[in-house]
Amino acid sequence: MTVKISRRGLTTLVGSGLALSFAPHVGHAATTEITVLNWKGYGTDEPTALRAFAAATGIVVKHDYFNSEPEMLTKLQTNPGAYDVVLINSARTQQAQSAELIAPIDLAALPNAKDLAPTLKNSPSLQAGGKTYGVSWVWGMNSLAVRDGKVVGADSFTIFLDPKYVGRLALLDDTATAIGIGALLTSQSINDPKDLPAIGAKLKAMKPNVKLLWSSEDEWNKAFAADAFDISVYWSGAAVRSKVRHKLPVDFIIPKEGAIGWLDGLSMPVASKKKDAALTFINFMIDPKFYLPWAAQAGAPASANQAAMAQLPDSDLSKQIHKPEYLTKLQFMGPMPDERRQAFANLWEEVKASYA
Amino acid sequence: MALLAPAYLWLTLAVFLPLAVMLFFSFLHAAPFGHRPLILTLEQYRAFLQRPYLLDVAWRSISLALWTTGLCAAIGLPAAVALARATRGRSRQVLFLLIVLPFWTNGLVRIFSWTMVLREGGILDLALHAVLPSAPHFALLYSYPAIVIGLTHAYLPYMILTCYLSVSAIDDALIEAAQSMGARVPVIFAKIVLPLSLPGLMSGAILIFVPVIGCFMEPRILGGRVGVTMGTVIEDQFTQAFNWPLGAALSFIMLAVVLVIFGLTSRAVTTGPTAPLRA
Repeated sequence: MTVKISRRGLTTLVGSGLALSFAPHVGHAATTEITVLNWKGYGTDEPTALRAFAAATGIVVKHDYFNSEPEMLTKLQTNPGAYDVVLINSARTQQAQSAELIAPIDLAALPNAKDLAPTLKNSPSLQAGGKTYGVSWVWGMNSLAVRDGKVVGADSFTIFLDPKYVGRLALLDDTATAIGIGALLTSQSINDPKDLPAIGAKLKAMKPNVKLLWSSEDEWNKAFAADAFDISVYWSGAAVRSKVRHKLPVDFIIPKEGAIGWLDGLSMPVASKKKDAALTFINFMIDPKFYLPWAAQAGAPASANQAAMAQLPDSDLSKQIHKPEYLTKLQFMGPMPDERRQAFANLWEEVKASYA
Repeated sequence: MALLAPAYLWLTLAVFLPLAVMLFFSFLHAAPFGHRPLILTLEQYRAFLQRPYLLDVAWRSISLALWTTGLCAAIGLPAAVALARATRGRSRQVLFLLIVLPFWTNGLVRIFSWTMVLREGGILDLALHAVLPSAPHFALLYSYPAIVIGLTHAYLPYMILTCYLSVSAIDDALIEAAQSMGARVPVIFAKIVLPLSLPGLMSGAILIFVPVIGCFMEPRILGGRVGVTMGTVIEDQFTQAFNWPLGAALSFIMLAVVLVIFGLTSRAVTTGPTAPLRA
């Protein structure tokens, strides 16, 4: 990415540089600069944490951002050497590895890795050829959310087909999640279902119940607050925010079919020339000392670090929702070939057309 | 010719270059990002044959465009006549400003304000219950009429402005002559005003029909589960499925459909019984 500096921007830069020069100096002679590729505002760019990290290690962290996973892969491919740490969803780690974009990581070199939840740390999606290519960082769930007090005793996704709730369901307009729910309802793998038509039939059968398809947290909150629906597919992290910030009566449930899990890992591009600094940063990212303030101040997804989750106060809703025992009940979104991804997209498009 | 060069250059850069890139994409097997090989194929254009549901979606988009254009014409032409015949001076300026106002507001803001008006317990619902407390709840949000309302509101200014240009050009003497021969208002409207404002109606219709066929914001936000149109399908290909070739091919197919529709209607209009009047 090229950076253009306008004259006004330059003045600001110079101004902030002056301001910085009055700040207490860090006692490191040599500073290293690393670049992280991530979604904007997703943890790695928390300013307070980065200042503390720079003060402690002398490593200054710069950022570049992506807006979609394919864009992230394209950036890795077209700018070799530009990035030192990259966030990759575990469903894409093997794809990046097979394109020889990321390097293996020795978990023994990361002191904080000992506290990572074993199911996440050793997730097969993060590994290839017996080596680890991604360090599990944060995770979350896409599952069932219902209106507390109005929907009682929901413990299965079959509630999406229940005639009692005609016109009261909101689905997430996302291919992997929609197909995943269909797969859970038909007892199949969410990543490699053998019977796609059965999934399509189940999803199409939800038509009388479907009121709307949501795609942003804000949209969900507004519609739920306006009583537009009572049952939905929702993100675990967003459910916490809806309850805490918006005081909405949300009940987040992991039904008996299980739920869809996602896991974001941190990887190191093959072409990085500062791998040691990158590893130091990744180790900091899985440190409870980084996670606890992030969770408290900004609201974070669940940490893959068990120690970090255990140190959250018991009153923390995120801790109550992201129970460690769920990790074994979830099916995590995993890698899949482009053709299957496309087949999923086509099926979901067909289902949506049938709702109209 | 040399003086036209900047205009042609601008057209080439702003219109044809991006279109040409998309046209090229539409013949690919997969978007050429990363290490993917370039495979030329016609498979994207066979989508309509392989996925019959797309035909329903296409028809839904066309009928949505017909509804919106029709409603805009039904409201826009009388509004234009009223503006041209019954107002002058300052009040006309104020009315024009009010008509153009929705134009100047951001599209998303406009749509989200409609969600507040149309939802259950929204502004319309509250107003209705203030008058009739026993009335059932009134909720249009997440329905087909909600999409049509949002689109009509967004595109009505085009129709009023183009019709106004035609209507204000009608010679008063024509209407006075008709009145002197005993023609009543409906007859004057049907035989003089309507035929003479056809050019305005047609250009308004073209300005509205094309963007409505490709619209995706209004259906997505106002339509709920019924909000599936070619626009949303194409948008999904670019943002969700990352299948740019299919999205591009669907866009060009819709462009072809629109051109065919215009080819047929413009012939009908130019050779129709009213053609001599417009000369």
